[in-house]
Amino acid sequence: MANDSIIEVKNLTKMFNDFVAVDNISFDVKKGEIFGLLGPNGAGKSTTLRVLSTLAAPTKGTATIGGYDIVKDGTEVRKLIGIVSEKMIMYNRLTARENLVFFGSLFNLPKDDLNKRIDELLELVQLTKWKNAQVGTFSTGMRQRMNVIRALLNMPQVLFLDEPTLGLDPQSSVEIREFIKKLNRENGTSIIVTTHMMVDADLLCDRIGIMDHAKIVALDTSTNLKKMISGADTTILKLEIGNLSPQIFQAVQDCKCVDNVSQENSLHLRVISHGQEAFDNVIDAIRTADGKINSMENLQPTLEDVFLHITGHQVRDSADQKIPIEQHRHYGAAPNRIR
Amino acid sequence: MGAKTLFSHSVRIAWKDLTELFRNRLGVVLLILMPLFMMAMIGFIYPSGNTTISNMPVGVVNQDSGFNNITLPSQAFLTGLQQINTQTHMLKLSNATSMADIKNEIQNSKIDGGIIIPSNFSDCIMNGEQGTLIIITDQSNPTISAELQGALTGVFGEMNTLLAQEKVQRLSSAVTANDSLAIVQPYVVKSEGVVPGNPSYFNFIAPGIMMLTVMMSVMTGLPVAISQEKEVGTMDGMMVAPINRLSIILGKALGQTARGLLQGFIIMALAVGLFDVAIHGSLLLVVGLLLLGVFSFVGLGIVMTSFAKDQETAQMMMMTLMFPMMFLSGVMFPIQSMPWYMQDIAKFLPLTYAADALRKVMVLGAGVSDISTDLIILIAFGVIMIAIAVPLFRRMMTR
Repeated sequence: MANDSIIEVKNLTKMFNDFVAVDNISFDVKKGEIFGLLGPNGAGKSTTLRVLSTLAAPTKGTATIGGYDIVKDGTEVRKLIGIVSEKMIMYNRLTARENLVFFGSLFNLPKDDLNKRIDELLELVQLTKWKNAQVGTFSTGMRQRMNVIRALLNMPQVLFLDEPTLGLDPQSSVEIREFIKKLNRENGTSIIVTTHMMVDADLLCDRIGIMDHAKIVALDTSTNLKKMISGADTTILKLEIGNLSPQIFQAVQDCKCVDNVSQENSLHLRVISHGQEAFDNVIDAIRTADGKINSMENLQPTLEDVFLHITGHQVRDSADQKIPIEQHRHYGAAPNRIR
Repeated sequence: MGAKTLFSHSVRIAWKDLTELFRNRLGVVLLILMPLFMMAMIGFIYPSGNTTISNMPVGVVNQDSGFNNITLPSQAFLTGLQQINTQTHMLKLSNATSMADIKNEIQNSKIDGGIIIPSNFSDCIMNGEQGTLIIITDQSNPTISAELQGALTGVFGEMNTLLAQEKVQRLSSAVTANDSLAIVQPYVVKSEGVVPGNPSYFNFIAPGIMMLTVMMSVMTGLPVAISQEKEVGTMDGMMVAPINRLSIILGKALGQTARGLLQGFIIMALAVGLFDVAIHGSLLLVVGLLLLGVFSFVGLGIVMTSFAKDQETAQMMMMTLMFPMMFLSGVMFPIQSMPWYMQDIAKFLPLTYAADALRKVMVLGAGVSDISTDLIILIAFGVIMIAIAVPLFRRMMTR
């Protein structure tokens, strides 16, 4: 692998008893890159992060961060990384400052440096005013900001973000995305972010690894991934149909050239089709079913389309299934998932 | 990473845990209330010192048919019984008509027992034989019936002595009242303890409860504290820090120990202040023993932590282990009074030795050399458990 890689993952496999959570994946992350792992819940993204951040031991394969082996040199790896997990890592009964002092003190930073760093970070996310309030009294947005700066205490070279925008309102999501970009731009922090949100991946990541069924099924920049489709003879249409009915929907779906139809609202259909005649065939089908086409638009492919193209199913198809992380297996039940 | 950093991280974690604990107002109140209730319950329910039964309701049936219509012996017995009872107030005597009557009243809980003077009572005595008295006891309540039996035996014994004294004096006028007692009862028992004072049941139980509380804090507090952090997710925050993972468990153990010791001291203060327990040994040794108790249980606590995947399991484990420990380790009841197989089980519980040692120090003022066997067993147990626990814990942390 190239010298400018900060993370190198080789044939990494993680199993929970018989269940394969991460199946023989390999990739590398360049210094100063924002790398996205995109996929539905349960695809193995979080487990990958947990293994890379030394929270779980790999079953097979290796990975290095900054040249250190994640198994053999765990302590060295931990000096380089910060992790923002899906769960809020903070103690509700401690104040914002006390939380940061506690976690910071585990990194052996000199006291003055740590205090200065804490003040900077609190200022950065506008929490200075509440630094002596107990974290339990904070709003979700404030807690998420706390969660992020906690991971930055040791000025990590690599930052792991596990679903950083999960459960946040659009406004807060934008803020977090901007914050991540700023961090990457100004400090050169390499960032791995997992998400099942196409928007996040699209707007944030330099390169995206698409994960499904514990495997990385595609890995490239967002633009290149989309070219996979537009290069092929795929046509994506957005149609406004005045008298949209189940019959019309069915008629479109029954078209030979149509790969996928989704109804976006009471008037709009989103149709993915292939072939030279795709355009005409879809319109014919709607007309035959007495549909009135108000307007029509030829769309650029999105990451969602890429995902569908590669995996044959939509992200949200499997998004509702719970990921069988450790907690779910404590009762001794076999980890089973239906897809 | 040196031992110093390991320790300093542990102290950080312990301090964080204690800060959290003391921010929880209700938790702090309960922390103090729990030992208070425990003390109050045990201290007041169990008889302390030389309190004896008083005014126990007892039915008396006189079936004496007399010797040639003379019922003098039974009359004399009843008068004597009443005389003694007016002094001691142990019994509350009532008349009953028959054996069936007494049974009935015991069943109705009106009386706790009965005395029956059989029909041949006077007959036997006038013929120079022993007169038999029958005591009826309530078998549904072994404690009361044992006490009643004891009390009545005492009363009858005293009456026997009085009668014997009278007879001896009648035989020879040279014999004075004191001499006659020496003739009738040549032996007198006087019991004395190792330390002055009259130790109550509480003296027996307080050291055990202290030890139990402190040991439980690490054995059960540890799995609960750790599984809680795992569930909330905060454990990850500590796990991704470049610290020796042992310092996490060490810090948690330190925090729990401090909590346990605090409770132990509250119990000690209550025992001394409210229940007149005197501490005869060195206070330093008491603290040392409590810490040793903690040490011997840290390993077991870590083993349990490795198995407890969530808080619920941890709580259940705690209950499962707490009860046998409480009852089998001689904290509440002396081990010597248990059946042999239970005594054998007790020998495997470290609490048995810890409580025994603490009791010897607190009640009897024993020194280190007096409890060396207990100490060796506790240290050995602690070391072995830690040797088992550490690899188990390391594996659990990176599952």
